[in-house]
Amino acid sequence: MLKWSSLLLSAALLAAPLSGCSLFLYPRLSAQEGGTASGAVLNRVKTRGRLSCGVSGNLPGFSYVTQQGEYNGLDVDICRAIAAAMFDDPQAVDFRNLNAKERFTALQAGEIDILSRNTTWTISRDTSIGLEFAPTVFYDGQGMMVKQNSGIKDLKGLQGRSICVQTGTSTEQNLADQMRKLGVKYTPIVFEDDKATFAAYQQGRCEGVTSDRSQLVAQRSALPNPDEHVLLDIVMSKEPLAPAVRNNDPQWYDTVKWVIFGLIEAEELGITSQNIDSFANSEDPVVRRLLGTEGDLGQGLGLTNDFIARAIREVGNYGEIYNRNLGPQTRLNLPRGQNELWTEGGLHYAPPFR
Amino acid sequence: MTTQRPRVTRNAPKFQDLLRDTRFWRVAGQVIAVLLFLLLVILVIDNVIYNLRALGIQLGFGFLGSQASFDIGETLISYNPADSYGRAILVGLVNSLRVIAVGLVLATILGLVAGIARLSNNWLVRQLALVYVETIRNIPLLLQLFFWYFAFFLQLPNVANRITLPGPTFLSSRGLYLPWIQGSAGAGVWLLLLALGIVGAIALWQWRTRVMQEQGVPGNQFWWALTPIVAAIALAYIINGAIPFSITLPQLVGTEQIEGGLRLSPEFGTLLLGLVVYTGSFIAEIVRAGIQAVPQGQWEAARALGLKPGRVMQSVVLPQALRVIVPPLTSQYLNLAKNSSLAIAIGFPDVYFVASTTFNQTGRAVEVMFLIMITYLTISLIISLAMNLFNRTVQFKER
Repeated sequence: MLKWSSLLLSAALLAAPLSGCSLFLYPRLSAQEGGTASGAVLNRVKTRGRLSCGVSGNLPGFSYVTQQGEYNGLDVDICRAIAAAMFDDPQAVDFRNLNAKERFTALQAGEIDILSRNTTWTISRDTSIGLEFAPTVFYDGQGMMVKQNSGIKDLKGLQGRSICVQTGTSTEQNLADQMRKLGVKYTPIVFEDDKATFAAYQQGRCEGVTSDRSQLVAQRSALPNPDEHVLLDIVMSKEPLAPAVRNNDPQWYDTVKWVIFGLIEAEELGITSQNIDSFANSEDPVVRRLLGTEGDLGQGLGLTNDFIARAIREVGNYGEIYNRNLGPQTRLNLPRGQNELWTEGGLHYAPPFR
Repeated sequence: MTTQRPRVTRNAPKFQDLLRDTRFWRVAGQVIAVLLFLLLVILVIDNVIYNLRALGIQLGFGFLGSQASFDIGETLISYNPADSYGRAILVGLVNSLRVIAVGLVLATILGLVAGIARLSNNWLVRQLALVYVETIRNIPLLLQLFFWYFAFFLQLPNVANRITLPGPTFLSSRGLYLPWIQGSAGAGVWLLLLALGIVGAIALWQWRTRVMQEQGVPGNQFWWALTPIVAAIALAYIINGAIPFSITLPQLVGTEQIEGGLRLSPEFGTLLLGLVVYTGSFIAEIVRAGIQAVPQGQWEAARALGLKPGRVMQSVVLPQALRVIVPPLTSQYLNLAKNSSLAIAIGFPDVYFVASTTFNQTGRAVEVMFLIMITYLTISLIISLAMNLFNRTVQFKER
C-alpha cells in the first residue's frame, strides 16, 4: 500500500510538470511558427546580439582554427561580414564546427542562423531539405587527386582501382555518375570523416581521392610531400558553394543575400576596406546608395542604411576576402578563374543596388 | 434522553470501502501508471510531428524507392548506383549480417580459448591470456579499430610486394586473399544430401550416447556419426558423377591485380578483427568465471574417475559451466552485433553506414533513424531469442 502510494505520488509529480509543459509548449510553439514566417531569425539574432554560424572548421582557406584559436577562412569571413553589417562588430559571431552530416539538421533545428560551410547548392537541397541558398561565394568543381608516380592521367586510368571519398557530400554521387557514364569499374572506399579519407589516401589504400578541387588543393597543402600529388585535369561537376539559411524566413534570407551581393558590388566599384573613407563624399549615386549615404536600402532589410559600408570597413570586399584566404599570398594559391567578377570574365555578379 | 447515534449501515458508503481496499489500489495503480506512460508517449510523438511540421518536413518512406546514385565498395548481392535507396540499405544489411555472423563464431572460439588459458597450469600461457584480456577490455573499440586499420592493415605492403602465406594466401594492403571454394551446377543436390547426412549424424550420435549411458559401456560415437555423412557424400557423387565444388586460388594478374579466391577487404578485415578481439576478451572473462563457478568437487570427482584433463574440461566442467556462461554470453553477442555499427569509422559499408549516407542524400533524418533502430532491434531480438532457446537446453533439468 505504502509502496503504491509513493509510486503514484511520484508519477503524479512527474505528470504535473509534463502536462504543464504541454499546455505552455503549444501556444509558444505556434507563436514561434507564426513568427518564423518572416523576420523571426533576424529578430532573434538582433536580440541575441550575436550571429551563430555553422562552419566546417578544418578546411584551410575556407574555415579553420589558427594556432591562436582564431577562426579564419572565406566561409568564416562571410559570417563576419554579416555580423559587421548587423552589429558593426565582425567578432559578434559564434562559430560551430559541423560535419557534412550534421550541417542541415543543425540549420533546420535552428541551432545555427546561417550555414557557411563549403556547401554545394543543389536543387534537392534547395527544395526537399528546406534550405534557401544565398549567392554563391565560391564556384568550385569536383576534381580527382592521384599520386604523381602512379601514371594515372584521367578517370579511365582508375579502372579497377580504389577511390577514397568522403560521405555526406554530393561528391559521392557525382563520382558514381561520372564513372557510370565512362563505364569505368572502381571501388569506392567511403569514410565519414575527411581526416580518415585523406589519411587512407596517403597510406595508399586508394589510388585516387576525390572532392571539390579547392578542397583537394587545401588538403594537398597539408600532406607531408605536397609535390608528390597531382590534381587530374578534369572537372567532374559544377559545385557552386553557397551559404544557406532556413527557407521559411524571407527577411533573414534577404539580409544574408544582400550582404554577400554588397561584398561583390563593392569590389566591382573598387571600394576596399582601405579606401572606403575616400568614398564618403563620392558623387556617384551608385556608390552613395551602396554605402548608405543616400537612399534607404538598409531599412528595407531592417538594418541600418550603411550596412554594406560596415561590412566592407571591417571585413573588406569580396576580392579582399578571396585574396586573404585563397589568393597568391596564401599557401593555397588558388587562381581566381571562375571566381573573378563578371567584368573580368568570371561569374560573380551582383544585381543592382537600387 | 436518548441521543440519536449515527447508524452504520452495511451498504452505505461503498466508494470509501473501495478506497480502503488494497486489491483495488493494486489494480488501479497499474492502470494509472499505464495511462501516464501512454500520455507521455503520445506527448512525445505529437511533439515530434508538430515540430517537424513547423520545420516543413513531411514524413514518409517513399524516398526508399528513389534512385540512390551512389556506389558501394563491397556488395554481396548485386547492386549498382541506378538501384534504389532501399536496395542500397539491403546491401548494407547483408554486409552487416556477414560480419556479425562470422564475428560471433570467431569471438566465441577466441573467448573460449583465452578463457581456458586464463586458468592454465602453464604460467606463460596464463599471463599471456591475462595481458590480452586486461589490455583489450580497457581500450575503447573505436580506438582499436583505428589502430588495426591505419597501423596494421594499411601498413601492409602493396600487391606487388605482397606477403605470401602457405595456401596460397596473399596478404597486402588491398586485403587478404584466400583460396576459396566455388560451387558449380549440381551444388544444390550436394548441399541437400550433406544437410541430410548431418541431421542423420546428429541423430545417430545422440542415440549412441544414450545406448552407451544405459549400458555403461565405452564406445566411439564419432565413427557412428560419420557414417551417414560419408554415405550422403557417396550418394551425391553417384548422382552427380562429379565434385561440384572447385577450389579457386588467388592468382596475380599483371603486377598489381590479384584475381580468384576470396578477397577480404582491409575494411572488412579490420572490423572483423576488431570485433573478434574485443568481444573475445569479454567472453574470455565470462568463460573463466563460468569454469570457476563449477565446484571443485566436480574436478576432483572427474579426476578420481581417471579422466584425462582435456576430457575433464570437455565432458564434466564445460557442460556445467555453460549454465553460468550462456546468459552473460548473450549480452556479449548483442554487444558485438551493435558494435558492428562502428564500421562507419573505417569505411566498411555496413547497414548503418549506408543508411546514414541515405540520410545525408535525402535529408530524411527521422525515417532513416527509425529504420536503423528497427533493424538493430530486430537483429538483437533474434540473437537474444536464439540464445534463450539455447540457454533452456543447457540448464539443469529437474526430474
